[in-house]
Amino acid sequence: MVRILAQGEGGIVVELGDAIDDAVNARVHALAAAIRARPGGDGLEVVPSYRSLLILHDPVRTPRAGLVRRVRALAERLGETPVVDPHRVVRLPVCYGGGHGPDLDDVAALAGLSAEAVVALHAAPVYRVHLLGFTPGFPYLGGLDPKLTVPRLEVPRSRIPAGSVAIGGGQTGVYPIESPGGWRLVGRTPLKLFDPLRLRPFLLAAGDGLRFVPIPPESFEEAARRFEAGDGSLELEP
Amino acid sequence: MITLVKAGLLASVQDLGRPGFRDSGMPVAGAMDRQAMACANLLVGNDPGAATVELTLVGGAWRFEEEVLAAVAGADLGGSLDGAPVGPWSSFLARTGSQLVFKSARTGVRAYLAVRGGLDVPVVLGSRSTYARAGVGGFKGRVLASGDRLPVGRAAGRAPAPRVLSPGEVLPSGGGATLRVLLGPQDDRFTAEGIATFFSGEYRVTPQNDRMGYRLEGPPIGMHGPADIITDPLVPGAVQVPGSGQPIVMAADAQTTGGYIKIATVIGPDLRLLGQARSGDLLRFTRTTQAEAVRALREERAGLAALARRIAGRGPQE
Repeated sequence: MVRILAQGEGGIVVELGDAIDDAVNARVHALAAAIRARPGGDGLEVVPSYRSLLILHDPVRTPRAGLVRRVRALAERLGETPVVDPHRVVRLPVCYGGGHGPDLDDVAALAGLSAEAVVALHAAPVYRVHLLGFTPGFPYLGGLDPKLTVPRLEVPRSRIPAGSVAIGGGQTGVYPIESPGGWRLVGRTPLKLFDPLRLRPFLLAAGDGLRFVPIPPESFEEAARRFEAGDGSLELEP
Repeated sequence: MITLVKAGLLASVQDLGRPGFRDSGMPVAGAMDRQAMACANLLVGNDPGAATVELTLVGGAWRFEEEVLAAVAGADLGGSLDGAPVGPWSSFLARTGSQLVFKSARTGVRAYLAVRGGLDVPVVLGSRSTYARAGVGGFKGRVLASGDRLPVGRAAGRAPAPRVLSPGEVLPSGGGATLRVLLGPQDDRFTAEGIATFFSGEYRVTPQNDRMGYRLEGPPIGMHGPADIITDPLVPGAVQVPGSGQPIVMAADAQTTGGYIKIATVIGPDLRLLGQARSGDLLRFTRTTQAEAVRALREERAGLAALARRIAGRGPQE
């Protein structure tokens, strides 16, 4: 299924499915890569999301009709893109519970589990970064264990500390900068997911794999220092 | 260097924004009225996209620490230079120690203060625009405060003479407007009556309006089923409609993704009218076509190019 919709005179949205799904998202990223690889690229900016892709163009230089034809041809040529393993898996240290994850016990109670079981379930999978959005560098992750589906907070927090790892409404993610938010905070990473002055400002890219690695609270500051000293270099799974 | 002696309501450094990082969740930011910003730059002989100060409603007091050609364009904030009135859409030579004092907006919301050479704050991810929510760009990543000193960049070539744009050259700013929109991407999620309501109703700007978006209030827009979709890309100008049926028009600092259905998108050339609308103003929406939107964009660019030629003395004077 390929639907191409207008979003203003300078944007088209290509929908490749109607679900949050690894296979649909894999096609989104494959199409994004195909468009970026085109010679010249038409000066296009490509914004992947769960099941669709926004393509921004200058409608004076790149007329709409031709662009739609070329993109439709590329999308239809994709066929059934296989869901391959992410090309890299980032290991993100997380200090669960306590002051770093003030909602961990509430999440455990809502899920009918112990806090230890919540941590074990949350830190088990390799998540997929389906898209980045909401704030700079915020990863929307696929792969949360359904046993950890808990409702969002009834009253969102107005300030969530940068690095907070949260669960809400069947989704999980990491807040890269201090921001408001309604998900429940289960832990916090000492790594900066976004730093505009770093050589690579965004720690994660859409399409990455991500695993949460529990660390004890006494390691938090040390891990933060090591990360800063390495100027944002990442630990990857072998 | 120019110094903000006494801050007004809200001022930040803005240029044409920071495209290219939306796939990492980075909003574009940039001037809310890009045409007015470009005019201010052209008046001082800058590239139309040089960094300026975006002033909002109350402009504050400024002091020039060096002699420089400066210009103001956009909303009329009642400016005066050392006591002599300075209207919008004009350039003027500021001397070392000159004081530029604004009152509050008589019409519209946003005015742009440009200086020859542009404001020389650091380029972050390709732009000098401030995105304050993430502390990115502009002056220390934040809105301006009393005492801030902004460096002025170097300019090459000969400065144009100070001038006031003619009535035919200035753009309307404020007092309600009709915004041209293209339907979609989720217009199929609205009832036929809902779409008719959107195009016939008047929508009042609520106090919940800022650089991120404008919440409007008016006849509720009818939809089929729920207002939520799978989180999807969002652009400035997108008209989101949550379950209440009351539209939210996204603006320069719009987040890159959102989860509400979008009935339509305001065309780029008309986004400045949103940026000049204030709480209480009435907005209407009218349907346009891709061809008409592209024509409007060509006219915007041709108009600015012609203005640049006239200011440089290479074209007919108006």
